[in-house]
Amino acid sequence: MRFLARRLGFYLLTAWAAITLNFLVPRLMPGDPVELLVARMKGNVDPAAIDAMRRAFGISDASLWQQYLDYLGNLARGELGRSITFFPTEVSTVIADSLPWTLGLVGVATLISYLVGTSLGALLAWRRGTWLDGVLPAATFMHAVPYFWVALALVFVFGVTLRWFPVSRAYGLDVMPGLTPEFAGSVAYHAALPAITIVAASMADRILGMRNVMVTTLGEDYVVMAEAKGLTSRRVMWAYAARNAILPNITSFALSLGFVVGGSVLTEIVFSYPGIGSMLLKGVENEDFPLMQGIFLVISLAVLVANFLADLAYVVLDPRTRQESE
Amino acid sequence: MKIKIGAGILVFFALMALLGPPLIGADPAATSEAGLQGPSAEHWLGTTQTGQDILVQIVYGARVSLGVGLLSALIATVLAVVVGLVGGYVGGAVDEVLSVLTNIFLVLPALPLIIVLAGYLPQRGVGSVAVVIAVTGWAWGARVLRAQTLSVRRRDFIQAARASGEGPLRIVFFEILPVLLPVIATSFLATVVAAILAEAGLSFLGLADLSTVSWGSMLYFAQNGQALLIGAWWWFIPPGLCIALIGTGLALVNFGIDEIANPRLRTIKVPRKARA
Repeated sequence: MRFLARRLGFYLLTAWAAITLNFLVPRLMPGDPVELLVARMKGNVDPAAIDAMRRAFGISDASLWQQYLDYLGNLARGELGRSITFFPTEVSTVIADSLPWTLGLVGVATLISYLVGTSLGALLAWRRGTWLDGVLPAATFMHAVPYFWVALALVFVFGVTLRWFPVSRAYGLDVMPGLTPEFAGSVAYHAALPAITIVAASMADRILGMRNVMVTTLGEDYVVMAEAKGLTSRRVMWAYAARNAILPNITSFALSLGFVVGGSVLTEIVFSYPGIGSMLLKGVENEDFPLMQGIFLVISLAVLVANFLADLAYVVLDPRTRQESE
Repeated sequence: MKIKIGAGILVFFALMALLGPPLIGADPAATSEAGLQGPSAEHWLGTTQTGQDILVQIVYGARVSLGVGLLSALIATVLAVVVGLVGGYVGGAVDEVLSVLTNIFLVLPALPLIIVLAGYLPQRGVGSVAVVIAVTGWAWGARVLRAQTLSVRRRDFIQAARASGEGPLRIVFFEILPVLLPVIATSFLATVVAAILAEAGLSFLGLADLSTVSWGSMLYFAQNGQALLIGAWWWFIPPGLCIALIGTGLALVNFGIDEIANPRLRTIKVPRKARA
């Protein structure tokens, strides 16, 4: 399991980097957040209040090193400070309330996009030279479309014009949150358009990526050999070609996760979906630095965990990574 | 073929950004009485809520969107070249540190980081937005360039250069860099797409300079002006379409280059064995 141990080590290092970045950015940017706040309030602030704000941000006259240790200590106890937007709620509570919505929406949409996109890419490579090649220009176009613009177009067509789907909130006003079929139905109904947005905007990358690797794989000798043996074309396509083509594809998928998450933040905002993307914007708009920092940290850690899951899938699919000797 | 179509799209938008504003002459921010009109002979793409001409805004917006995209891709590519080439050539501890740094920036979600950084900016001008986008967007290029440098550094002409006493800096930037120019070019084009998308996202959130007209800020005002609810499709369709078209153009050029490098990727009809 050396492969996994090495990856885990790297993710821990990256998590530390994200935490340190979070600590350093407000301190390295020109002016500190408190000065920025005071400036935006046109200076009508009590010096005692400024002092209190400094303490709330963990900015003090102590050495940078001491501040860093205090910051790490607070983080270890799960203390991210108090949100200014939702004062006096703790940032961790705001995140805990909004994270499940994002995880559900982005998780399901990414999974669908990956499965459908990869299968479609494999099919496109297999049927190269047929009418299916017509999908490629469309995929090239979708590859460059901004997520939020897809969201706007879907809202316009299916929300405002056809009135098929709701265009904001995560569930209807007429249902009570709880483990009831009505609530689940309402949640799924409200998540439909945001999920379609993420799937549509992120699938093109998976299609093009899988097609390109698969086309290269199809020229390999073992694929020709499998055909020569008289295996069914379905078996050759999935068990021989696709199975090998999927390995580099998983790596590129893991690397694209950050991009998908970024797009999902914008998608949530268009749909006023109560996930952490919407909260991040609220935080930035209200100069709510503790909230911004907390959310960036959580998003980063979530992407790292997802990357590690992709590594696990890689280990399952590629026996070479399971060998102890290198 | 792909390269030609892609280059055609890019030339179109480049001409629009360069020659459009002086040709049109109108002020993109100028308001008029004719608010929220659909496309007509007078306003080809209709008008906004305050009667601004959308075609004029698109033409001026091309300058900002392309400008920010090119500027931050340029900064990001310089970073990528320095980190990738130096790491790949020097090797050892320097390479380890630079690789880890690259991989960290590769994994961290760029847009949330850009949003957070933009949140701390005292002024969100065009230049500072470009820098913020570049800081988060160099890692992919650096990774690709490092891998290429590793293969180039073993070649004979590098050995010869070293034997003839050239310094490491000279080897990296005068011997290796020219060989990698095609790779640098594709990585630059891909970074431009990402930067244009990032700028559009940031402006759409209202976190970039809203006093300059860009395609992203047009979408911000369309969203906040309830363009969707009013049914003013001509207001939000054109800016997004332009972003997607530029991205398509850049991607086509890049895919075209890929196909030259790897002929199997081409879509031409190949004589096929019967796969029943």
